[in-house]
Amino acid sequence: MDYLNYLRKDKMPHIWCDGCGNGIILKAILRTVHKLGWDKNKIALVSGIGCSGRTPGYVDFNTLHTTHGRALSFSTGIKLANPDMHVIVVSGDGDATAIGGNHFIHAARRNIDLNLIVFNNYIYGMTGGQASPTTPTCKFASTAPYGNPDSPFDISELAKAAGANYVARSTTYHTARMDRYMEQAFQKKGFSVVEVLTMCPTSYGRANKETGTTGADMLQYQKENSISIKKAADMSEEDLKDKFVTGVYVDKDEPSYLEKYQDVRDKANK
Amino acid sequence: MSDKNTTRLMQGNVAIAHGAVAGGCRFFAGYPITPSSEVAETLSETLPEVGGTFIQMEDEIASMGAVVGASIAGKKAMTATSGPGFSLKQENLGMAVMAEVPSVIIDVQRGGPSTGLPTKGSQGDVMQARWGTHGDHPIIAVAPNSVEECYYMTVRAFNLAEKYRTPVVVLTDEIIAHLTEKITIRPDSELEIAERIKPENSPDDYLPYKMTDSGIPPMANFGEGYRYHITGLVHDETGFPTNDSDEATRQLMRLNTKFDKHLDDILDYEEFNTDDMDVLIIAYGAPARSAKRAMQVCREQGEKAGFIRLKTIWPFATQKIKELSRQVDTIVIPEMNLGQIAGEVERLTPDATSIIKVNHVNGEAIKPKEIVNAIMNKD
Repeated sequence: MDYLNYLRKDKMPHIWCDGCGNGIILKAILRTVHKLGWDKNKIALVSGIGCSGRTPGYVDFNTLHTTHGRALSFSTGIKLANPDMHVIVVSGDGDATAIGGNHFIHAARRNIDLNLIVFNNYIYGMTGGQASPTTPTCKFASTAPYGNPDSPFDISELAKAAGANYVARSTTYHTARMDRYMEQAFQKKGFSVVEVLTMCPTSYGRANKETGTTGADMLQYQKENSISIKKAADMSEEDLKDKFVTGVYVDKDEPSYLEKYQDVRDKANK
Repeated sequence: MSDKNTTRLMQGNVAIAHGAVAGGCRFFAGYPITPSSEVAETLSETLPEVGGTFIQMEDEIASMGAVVGASIAGKKAMTATSGPGFSLKQENLGMAVMAEVPSVIIDVQRGGPSTGLPTKGSQGDVMQARWGTHGDHPIIAVAPNSVEECYYMTVRAFNLAEKYRTPVVVLTDEIIAHLTEKITIRPDSELEIAERIKPENSPDDYLPYKMTDSGIPPMANFGEGYRYHITGLVHDETGFPTNDSDEATRQLMRLNTKFDKHLDDILDYEEFNTDDMDVLIIAYGAPARSAKRAMQVCREQGEKAGFIRLKTIWPFATQKIKELSRQVDTIVIPEMNLGQIAGEVERLTPDATSIIKVNHVNGEAIKPKEIVNAIMNKD
């Protein structure tokens, strides 16, 4: 495939830093769209604010860059107004689970037919490296100079508990896995979440040098510290500290919101 | 819908819900809040009957976001709330202003600030409707004063939103919202319904924020083949963000002046006895009912009172108010706030003009007698 068929070439170069993992995720999204043969006119790519938020600007779909944390709200409106559209939502860890946390859990509870890709780099990159809801305890950030006192969210477990039909987690190192998860997610009715652990050498790596300070080092670190969800099931919490657990967390076919709302319309017109 | 006029007894909030559907609304997203609940409750029943969608969102912020999203995808969309919810909606209302997305927000005003007086009427959100979201921006707000007007003004709110690519706020209040009175509903076929201006050129040439003579750029819906970009960042004609100061000036000045050529259509008011008046009453919403009665009582007592009822609150009827204020020495302004519109009027009138404010912030309706007393005791 030719990625340029899906990109707005005149909007390059992008704003992402050297070594950022966001481009790896974007390429996986484009590969998946290509493989599924979706019509570009029928795809909406929606984002909130932050580094992930700039993704739609580079892509030749119907693109919407919304307010901080609210991408799922706008997307809910788009999907319900035009169910023929494929609505892909990209969101960072802060965007999706701090300021947008309420929308995230309710989109999952509602099982609304949206495909969410979370770019989880454990930090607020755009604003200069502040601690986010996924910054691990004791890791450093520009607002956690003594080590982060907070406990992090596990985004995939959160999505699972809240009711999403499909939840999977990959790292940017595991591209084949990421492609497989996205392909499954994009074909799923109801709410799907693919959480991708990505790297931010500029902010996170600089503050936490043991995870790598360049994109390549951080990919290597991902490779060496990833554990499959199956293996992780038999490991202690202590052994899993600082590990990246990847795999499919949920794959079910509960009725989606669109299906349930069609029931409402049918009852209203009886 | 019947092809003849139908007369019914109806509550203000219910009339807004029915007016919305008649005006083409096919999407509602909201969050429960007193005293607006009947709007959502009614639409949860009627929208699925017409193939539309009602969704109760997780909060007020999400409701406004969903409305903007639905409108971008081509549906006429609305939300309803009251003061505390209106505060929360300002963020995505600003996005609708910036991205120029047609949308309707019903604000059933209750006493404030904060949780305030949830079950009592107010007009405390007049300035929030004007300046609630950050940054210089244009906005349209209208205020009904009867149940029938709740119906038709909601139809009109959708028309204005579509024609001028803007959010429109219907500033109603708890008194009108929970008033039940007679309403005559005309057949839908007799209603004037406006649709957004669609692009005529090919997707390759489409500029979603084109500098047009009218000031209003044509709008393509998502899914129609135009594949354009929408952002809350300052953007150029193409819709993509720009940091260029000259381009920012051009686009923000277009945005902020885009109603200027259309004020004849947007501004709406009605005048009574302003030809020979010695004193002018300016009112809107629930107090306008008492103001009209007060004018009649004053006339019976030999005081030549005139009255203008503002139906469009924002943009403000600046020229009209300037003209009328030149005819009188005294202007009486009853409001269920501490003088939010009186402040606007003061800016437009000479220092010598006496402005008498009749204000309530305790949730109680302003009675005709209070306005009459203010006029009779003015000297």
